[in-house]
Amino acid sequence: MPTIWFMIVAVMVAMYVLLDGFDIGAGAVHLFIARNDVERRTILRAIGPVWDGNEVWLLAAGGTLYFAFPLLYASSFSGFYLPLIMVLWLLMLRGIGIEFRSHLHDRLWTSFFDVIFSVASILLAIFFGAALGNVVRGVPLNADGYFFEPLWTNFRVGIDNGILDWYTVTTGVVALVTLVVHGSLYLATKTEGDLNTRARQVAIALWPVEVLLTGASLFATLYIRPGVLTNFLRWPVGYLIPIIVVASLLYLFVALRGKNDKGAFLASCGYIVGMLVGAAFALYPLVLPASTDPNLSLTIANTATGAHGMQVGFVWWGIGMVLAAIYFVFVYRMFRGKIRMQEGAGGHGY
Amino acid sequence: MDSALLIHRLQFAFTVTYHYLFPQLTMGLAPLIVILKTLAIKKNDETYNQAARFWAKIFGINFAIGVVTGIPMEFQFGTNWSHFSRFAGGVIGQTLAMEGCFAFFLESTFLGLFLYGEKRLSKGMHWFAAFMVFVGSWASGYFIVATDAWMQNPVGYEKAADGSLQLSSFWALVLNPWAWLQYAHNMSGAVITGSFVMAAVGAFYLLSNQHLQQARVFLRLGVIAGLIVSLLQLFPTGDWAGKMVAQKQPVTLAAMEALFDTQEGASLVIVGQPNMATRHIDNPIIVPKMLSFLSYRRWNAQVKGLSEVPESDWPQNIPLLYFAYHIMVGLGTLFIAVMAVAAFLLWRNRLYEARWLLWVLMLMFPLPYVANTAGWMTAEMGRQPWLIYGLMRTEEGFSKMVSAGNGWFTFLGFAGMYTLLSVLFLFLVRREIEHGPDPVGPSEPTKPAVHNLAEVR
Repeated sequence: MPTIWFMIVAVMVAMYVLLDGFDIGAGAVHLFIARNDVERRTILRAIGPVWDGNEVWLLAAGGTLYFAFPLLYASSFSGFYLPLIMVLWLLMLRGIGIEFRSHLHDRLWTSFFDVIFSVASILLAIFFGAALGNVVRGVPLNADGYFFEPLWTNFRVGIDNGILDWYTVTTGVVALVTLVVHGSLYLATKTEGDLNTRARQVAIALWPVEVLLTGASLFATLYIRPGVLTNFLRWPVGYLIPIIVVASLLYLFVALRGKNDKGAFLASCGYIVGMLVGAAFALYPLVLPASTDPNLSLTIANTATGAHGMQVGFVWWGIGMVLAAIYFVFVYRMFRGKIRMQEGAGGHGY
Repeated sequence: MDSALLIHRLQFAFTVTYHYLFPQLTMGLAPLIVILKTLAIKKNDETYNQAARFWAKIFGINFAIGVVTGIPMEFQFGTNWSHFSRFAGGVIGQTLAMEGCFAFFLESTFLGLFLYGEKRLSKGMHWFAAFMVFVGSWASGYFIVATDAWMQNPVGYEKAADGSLQLSSFWALVLNPWAWLQYAHNMSGAVITGSFVMAAVGAFYLLSNQHLQQARVFLRLGVIAGLIVSLLQLFPTGDWAGKMVAQKQPVTLAAMEALFDTQEGASLVIVGQPNMATRHIDNPIIVPKMLSFLSYRRWNAQVKGLSEVPESDWPQNIPLLYFAYHIMVGLGTLFIAVMAVAAFLLWRNRLYEARWLLWVLMLMFPLPYVANTAGWMTAEMGRQPWLIYGLMRTEEGFSKMVSAGNGWFTFLGFAGMYTLLSVLFLFLVRREIEHGPDPVGPSEPTKPAVHNLAEVR
């Protein structure tokens, strides 16, 4: 049962990264590819009706983590106290950036919120990447299963870890590039004309960077945590994961050349899922490795809650997910298709 | 008090109190908007649709701030109260995760449809979207109240081998009697806020002689709903809540009433200040035997005083608890009085000309916020010194790894962030109220239901 819940939490996190990832990515490129107010509102309208629902995946994943693995939730959230609270502030700023920007048609007002929205999105992407990097690298857990990390120490991967070191900075940059590509591709599917072209150009320009960084982060991971290969040797089915990652990257390139935005977006989805599942697969059964003493690592076994809770949770979780899937299909169908911005026509919130 | 403990308590209290200023209005307005949408269809009158659109804009701004201030709440259980989370997460994580899976998905989906989809949806479907927003926001309220109720009255758990708690009965957790009673009391409190705000805006428009037709709709609905829920707030929901506290947390009841010694036929204090040094109440105005009757339905029932238990088991701040409770009850009584007079005048068709009462209604809208906040202060401070009643003390639950300095840093950050949010909120709501509902045109609505004023203009 704990293994099933480990997969469930991993899937929910992956859903969050896929969905909120594209609106974070869209936010990150917002300032750069939209040249005027109409284009900026087009971007906001592309994500406006869905961003809040996308963010719910973060809350749902957090809640699921909370009840299924209470110690993991308690230990990691208090240990990553500073960056996590900053993530909360960034999420707030991003939310008001989207929601309040178009209340006034005033250049100072809209520029202010555009910058807030964009900067918060960029920082969020980096923070999330660094967070994943911290989990893979390991944290200085004590015998009670707790730790506390300052924001940075000496930028070396060792025992006195900070949140930021050379490895987690790398993963942060990987996340930023990945989400920028992902968000640009989403925008390409939702827009026409110049905006569509520019969004695709961003993805084309960043594709080689994404490939390079993927390789670099892979080698860095092998360097700091050689144990990640164990599970691949044990369950060879795991080799499918790198195959998916490579195939997605290749197909992304093909689709971009063929101006197939939808295909490219799906390829990006495949890439992200592959990377995240790969990380989860490699760590299993660890959920938070200790950089101090491997025996202190948190595993699914020593952090899981009791069997009854997991079983009943499974029932309502299943019902909840079916409902959520229905809502999502409904709302995405409702707001499907390209955004067309007509000057002067009302009916839009953004 | 340990300074790290103090700052963790302060930060959580501050962020949750601030957060709840917004959901209480959205949960309160949601059923009122459904009523407006229903009237629009039933009476085939566009006035009600315009009224619903106006309130949807106010709802949208409140909802946005409710969302962004709500996200930190779920995470602060882990960041600031990690020892509590490790101990109890297996149980209360359930209700919190259910809120995400059942309420948030539903709410965010249908709110998008409700705010942006009016043109794309049929009338019936748009009504349905409004209704589902109501269902979602009220479901969300239930899961949160159930989480709090478990901390007040822990049920359905067992001790695991490592000393933490795990779930033993899902239904005991979800159907906790404390949760149902507190939920009823809390939700009628939210509708009080919604009704008073709606009536206040109506009164403002009448007094300033604008949007007269809509103003009457707001007043009518605000006053009728306001009277009903003000009454419900006292009886039966307030009565239930009081008896529940008397039964499950007698020390809390004694502290709320500042009852230092056990009494038979205990009296109810209406006015007076608890004096902790002399352990009695200064200048009291009392109703004899009333406390015994309200708590146990017998005039001479014995009510346990604080002296029955050691001082270490008393709530730490009895005067504040006492005042929070008395302010809540006093304001609740005032709400009934004002709404009863307003409803009477409405019935006699004189409300719209009674300028003195319109002034009162307009100026009263902050008081339900005060009463709801005071009510939650009563519940949470009354539970002290326990974090989970009888199971874990507050000083055992905070994140021991997070120093006071880090706590102050984030607390100040939240304070700054929320100041910014307040300024933006007041500015935007003022604009919406100044602009007011759109007039009803001769034909179909020409103005869309958006919160983007500039485009509408």
